[in-house]
Amino acid sequence: MRYEAPSSLEKAVALLAQAPGEARVLAGGTDLLVQMKTDLVEPELLVDIKGIAELRQIKEEAGGFRIGAAVSGAELKEHPRLKSVWPGIVEAANLIGSTQIQGRASMGGNLCNGSPAADSVPALIAASAKASVVGPKGRRDVPVEDIMIGPRRLSLAKGEIIASFLLPPKSARTGEAYLRFIPRTEMDIAVVGCGVCLTLDSRGVCSAARVSLGAVAARPLLVAPAAAALIGSRLEDAAMQRLDAAARAACQPIDDKRGTKEYRIKVAGVLARRAAQIALERARKS
Amino acid sequence: MAKHHIATTVNGDPVEFLCETQDTLLDVLRDQLGLTGTKEGCGTGDCGACSVTVDGRLVCSCLMLGVEAGGKSIGTIEGLAKGDSLHPLQRKFLEHAALQCGVCTPGFLVAAKALLDANANPSETEVRYWLAGNLCRCTGYDKIVRAVLDAASEMRGA
Repeated sequence: MRYEAPSSLEKAVALLAQAPGEARVLAGGTDLLVQMKTDLVEPELLVDIKGIAELRQIKEEAGGFRIGAAVSGAELKEHPRLKSVWPGIVEAANLIGSTQIQGRASMGGNLCNGSPAADSVPALIAASAKASVVGPKGRRDVPVEDIMIGPRRLSLAKGEIIASFLLPPKSARTGEAYLRFIPRTEMDIAVVGCGVCLTLDSRGVCSAARVSLGAVAARPLLVAPAAAALIGSRLEDAAMQRLDAAARAACQPIDDKRGTKEYRIKVAGVLARRAAQIALERARKS
Repeated sequence: MAKHHIATTVNGDPVEFLCETQDTLLDVLRDQLGLTGTKEGCGTGDCGACSVTVDGRLVCSCLMLGVEAGGKSIGTIEGLAKGDSLHPLQRKFLEHAALQCGVCTPGFLVAAKALLDANANPSETEVRYWLAGNLCRCTGYDKIVRAVLDAASEMRGA
């Protein structure tokens, strides 16, 4: 197995595009090394992208943020501005694994690992984040909800890498939150995850919203009817009940050891309401 | 293909080694450098027995490749004691009987030291969350948490 650690995106893209056999991008490695150890993947080439500047930086750009795809969870948490502006995203990324995992795991890896239960992904989707994808044909910015197309399947072409995530400027009175449910308090994979981002107008009425659910379908979902349930409301009980129903209606979960279909559907509605409540409180304070 | 020649720093000492791409940092530490204090538990990042620091950051050495260690500063359990003088965390683990079989202990100590380096006065809750990625299957966690809090208290007083 070959190992390359290019210092530029161009070199990384060329290596991946020209690889004759299976090639993998190595960021934090917290999923990839486990998959290699268990022979789930047997790459001929590893391209370590951590030597590329854009992938390792958090920058304020165009009124928003550009977060390198290989920035670790621990580094996200230590960035004071990012944490105060987008607390839901930082909290979501920090739910992944242990302190040790946080030292290496990245949001780019979390997305590209292709798990429907990835914690940072619904938070990014709710926040209208875009993935800045670089490949042999140049750069394109893709809404995060369009990257994963199914378990372990991505819409990226051969040679394409997610270089960074773009978070838009945050409008006034906007708040976001991500919650996940697991049967214990740490070190588990989401039974359901839910990200909510909403904006209030000057009268306190919800003028924009995005709701994303994880672990309830083959890919993380952007649930437009759940957002529609909030828009125009003050998140009073009736609106929260509509949100709950819309979130449940969007679920197409599987039964597995972490939860049954019925349980996941029920929890999705509850988490959507709770995440919306936190997003509301954050919007009022922002 | 040829092995990778890697130059790194382990516990402050410059070190060079040869490894294959698939060799983890844990493999290198134990099998090439003879630093067998770092243990392999699960090998998949769940148990924390292989905890080390890389440039001060706590990681599982089973989830990092040896080739990634080039130019880094690695900290292992062997770097905790100064000669015959145990680190306060090591002393407090003994005093509180915070170990039985001992396989998880190096990982707990390295993780706890990383916590105290970042936060000299952690709450019990902060200790428990920080150490959630370190599994112990015999002692139970109370004695470990008490030992860490006691060591933190002593180190603040020192």
